[in-house]
Amino acid sequence: MAILEVKDLTKSFGKTEVLKGISLSLEEGQVMSVIGSSGSGKTTLLRCINFLETADSGLITVDGDVIFDGNDKKKRKAKETREKQLKIGLVFQQFNLFPQYNVLDNVTLAVKLKAKDRPDYKQNRKQILKEIDEKALRILDDMGLSEKINNYPCELSGGQQQRVSIARAMALEPKILFFDEPTSALDPELTGEILRVIRELAAKKMTMVIVTHEMTFAKEVSDYIVFMDDGVIAEEGKAEDVINNPKTERLQAFLSKISD
Amino acid sequence: MDFSVVNKMLFEGSIGQEGGFLHNIELFAVTLLAALPLGLIIAFGSMSKFKPLKLFTKSIVWIIRGTPLMLQLFIVFYGPGLVFGTPLFVGAEGRMKAAAVAFIINYACYFSEIYRGGIESIPKGQYEAGQVLGMTKAQTFFRVVLLQVIKNIVAPMSNEFMTLIKDTSLARVIAVVDIIMVAESFSAKGIIWPLFYTGLYFLIFCGALTIIFNKIEKKLSYFKS
Repeated sequence: MAILEVKDLTKSFGKTEVLKGISLSLEEGQVMSVIGSSGSGKTTLLRCINFLETADSGLITVDGDVIFDGNDKKKRKAKETREKQLKIGLVFQQFNLFPQYNVLDNVTLAVKLKAKDRPDYKQNRKQILKEIDEKALRILDDMGLSEKINNYPCELSGGQQQRVSIARAMALEPKILFFDEPTSALDPELTGEILRVIRELAAKKMTMVIVTHEMTFAKEVSDYIVFMDDGVIAEEGKAEDVINNPKTERLQAFLSKISD
Repeated sequence: MDFSVVNKMLFEGSIGQEGGFLHNIELFAVTLLAALPLGLIIAFGSMSKFKPLKLFTKSIVWIIRGTPLMLQLFIVFYGPGLVFGTPLFVGAEGRMKAAAVAFIINYACYFSEIYRGGIESIPKGQYEAGQVLGMTKAQTFFRVVLLQVIKNIVAPMSNEFMTLIKDTSLARVIAVVDIIMVAESFSAKGIIWPLFYTGLYFLIFCGALTIIFNKIEKKLSYFKS
């Protein structure tokens, strides 16, 4: 069964229709890249799945659990939304780290706040917090950041900051991790380290959806590529097929523009 | 007249004229204690998505910031008597209360604008990050946003604090005995230097404020928003 299923998702801002009925599905452990020119709606799609925007209609299912249903008009409780939110993680283009916390606290803050809801929190407080720290340290070590745990975001390079924000998302153990153009805010020489981290996550069978402009990387790391154009999915398929043998004229035009 | 006697009278007043600089400090402290939290409430009102509340709050802020504090002191002090027939504020204590009310309302409005600027300068991404990490709105505000707001408003706040201690002298228009009023009672007797000397009190007070605010600023310099 697909871990992510999106059906007929639509979204308008005022009179502008940004998503005109998007349907897609993704299997567990697979990597999907979403490509397309700016204004094609790919970031809006990501933001709708992540609750940062509310879609107008459609259905989103994650791991068998309906997280959005356009026909269900009654307002959901904030707590319920938060629980559904935690099934998915998002890495922002602009990192959005918390500037007043050091690297370790950035990664553990939300996890520790969430742990307060556990029934055994009061008795085992110390043990729980220790385990959270240990897990965060392991994740940061995987990201090659063990030497930076006490540094503040303003003391890090863009690439390091983005790795911290990936660690921060991973610490909450999401079922699916979304990336919104994770390398677009970085200098070209820093994009490599982020792509390496994503590649490692893919090797560990992390389910990921990546909105990106890095065509070669998309082809290499993803199982599946979705090409969006003007609010619809214009073409989709296996990564090599989509990049090497584009069928639609729009994708051909897009790819030739990119390679120029 | 002996210097130390004058100094003592400037600081705490004398029999029949209780007050002096102690009144300035009292008004300063009471105003801050009430206006700092009240300002935050007004700030949330002026950022409200509920249009009537937003319009109402913004009008109040406009009126209070758009008219002289001296006039507001008169209105608070004499207003209730004119409307209800009996004065609300009576005696030395009543005058002090009236001054406190006028100062609190006036400064809360100025503080609210500082808070609003500080809160609105926090990038949307900070709230979005809190949300996608499953934090509640309250957690995001208190654990993520607040300290960044405080860092942003330290400089404008230090300005307001300094203006406030000097503004407290205005309360003398409704006969609150402050340091300058005491000093003037000397000049009526032909001794003019105490009036000029009061400046030193304000200078030292503002100097202390500067040092405290510099310390806070330095403490918060470990991160950049």
